[in-house]
Amino acid sequence: MADGADPTPGALLDAPVHEQACALRAGAVTARALAEATLARVRAQEPALHAYITLTPELALAAAEAADQRLRRGDAAPLTGIPIAVKDLLSTCDAETTAGSAMLRGFRPIVDCTVVARLRAAGAVMVGKANLDEFAMGSSTEYSAYGSTRNPWDLERVPGGSSGGSAATVAAGGVPLALGTDTGGSIRQPAALCGILGLKPTYGRVSRFGVIAFASSLEQVGPFARDAEDLGLLLGAIAGHDPLDATTAPLPVPDYTADLARGIEGLRVGVPRELLGEGLEPGVREAVEAALAQLAALGARIDRDVSLPSVGASLPVYYLIAPSEASANLARYDGVKYGYSAHDGPGMWDDMEQTRDRGFGDEVKRRIMIGTYALSAGYYDAYYLKAQKVRTLIRREFEAALATHDLLLTPTTPGVAFRLGEKLGDPLAMYLSDLFTLPVNIAGLPAASIPCGFAEGLPVGMQLIGRAFEESTILRAAHAYATVTDWHLRRPGAVAAAAMPS
Amino acid sequence: MALSHSEVWHIARLARIGLSDAEADRLREQLSTILEHFQSLNAYDTDGVPPTAQTFDLTTVERADEPRPTAGAELVLANAPRREGDFLRVRAVLE
Repeated sequence: MADGADPTPGALLDAPVHEQACALRAGAVTARALAEATLARVRAQEPALHAYITLTPELALAAAEAADQRLRRGDAAPLTGIPIAVKDLLSTCDAETTAGSAMLRGFRPIVDCTVVARLRAAGAVMVGKANLDEFAMGSSTEYSAYGSTRNPWDLERVPGGSSGGSAATVAAGGVPLALGTDTGGSIRQPAALCGILGLKPTYGRVSRFGVIAFASSLEQVGPFARDAEDLGLLLGAIAGHDPLDATTAPLPVPDYTADLARGIEGLRVGVPRELLGEGLEPGVREAVEAALAQLAALGARIDRDVSLPSVGASLPVYYLIAPSEASANLARYDGVKYGYSAHDGPGMWDDMEQTRDRGFGDEVKRRIMIGTYALSAGYYDAYYLKAQKVRTLIRREFEAALATHDLLLTPTTPGVAFRLGEKLGDPLAMYLSDLFTLPVNIAGLPAASIPCGFAEGLPVGMQLIGRAFEESTILRAAHAYATVTDWHLRRPGAVAAAAMPS
Repeated sequence: MALSHSEVWHIARLARIGLSDAEADRLREQLSTILEHFQSLNAYDTDGVPPTAQTFDLTTVERADEPRPTAGAELVLANAPRREGDFLRVRAVLE
């Protein structure tokens, strides 16, 4: 911790994780006191923010006490005693896991997902299960069956989604770290809209075991944080091969914080022209252009002569592949084994249809219907197979661009956070807010959103896309950028104002 | 690419989702718009292009066949909407 910094738990809440960890190890504060201060702040913010579906104070205090014992014994890991929020798509055996759906109200998984098990082994302190769009299908957290989360910069606007609760609580200063999942942008888009960092790892970098499945070939669990070092710390804690997930890569996990300060002299950054073209809000374009100039000043070589000719197909490719996989994954919700169960119809099939009609929300039904249609006899070749072939084109173009560039840079989103309700009646308009993030899941690459300015008083994010399994390069660029800018240090005032007694 | 009413009901039946008439009407419009948008894929030449099912080129993954503890029936059945002893209870499948 810096000299003269206030070591009280309240002051530590706004400090980065590495500073919290120093204070814990030095004995300046206990994990229990930090957990209590965190819970008090989160509770004060909840009426205005609604970032959580379930708070887990008893579990948090028990984990904090165990962390204090480890700290006293001197065998603490980097995340021991650090508060964290977990998207409610991730199974926890001791806390209700809803996936944001009425279908799973009260559901208690029989195991922890691997990433949560790893965090627990590291001594992290989970404070609650964060809100999300139902089954992670959405871009605003408005499709949660448990109510919308608000954007801490403007409580009348969405935090993005689907991991909106995770992003909002980190941005509001509730917790320094959170886990989300990203199938088409569900970490990067809310990170951008809330003014924090969020990273989608390479497909296969992080275990999906115990993560409630939506689109298995696209999704990854990843971290939210307020700086690049914290982002790397959390990624390092969850990454790596898992015998329980055969799609995890049998590759070693690097120390994601070791290389951060090396600088970006000579780093080749490509700007795909298709993703900095039409449809961008002017304020977003200005912020991204300014960031490009700052990266150039840091020694990066910016190349605007980069093209991804098929990237325009990303929206239809994604909205065929993801719903197709979802229609298969969500077939398991039949009212027999667990979850909501209708039992008032004339027979078994009626009960099953009613279970799924009442248990699923509109967007989930819409996607199951699209996917079922795309996979049905007579349409499979024209829709699903065609989408998989265009997926190959998109993937090849990214590979070619990244053969001659270390990173690709785009805006994370076409615009800033939109108003609650603004896109609810128009599914396609909602889908378009993920236009720049979808292609990265299609190609399976790692990418992060980094705060790079403000437009209309709302945060703007830029997306850094790396080569497969080269998350370290993204983190190094984010760290270098943060040495000459302070966007990541700006904090919203809306929640604090709303939480004040009138 | 407008879907007919009977197509919407057919898809709903395949997906085992019960719909009200109003829901079916709304879905018919929304799905038609979305399917219309998908037509843009036809502009991309994919002759001879193999499909991508997953992006990381792992081939068949095997693991050692070693027993390990499982959660146990009681824990699994604790979430069951209806049970009878150690079984899930369902209505008659064949009528």
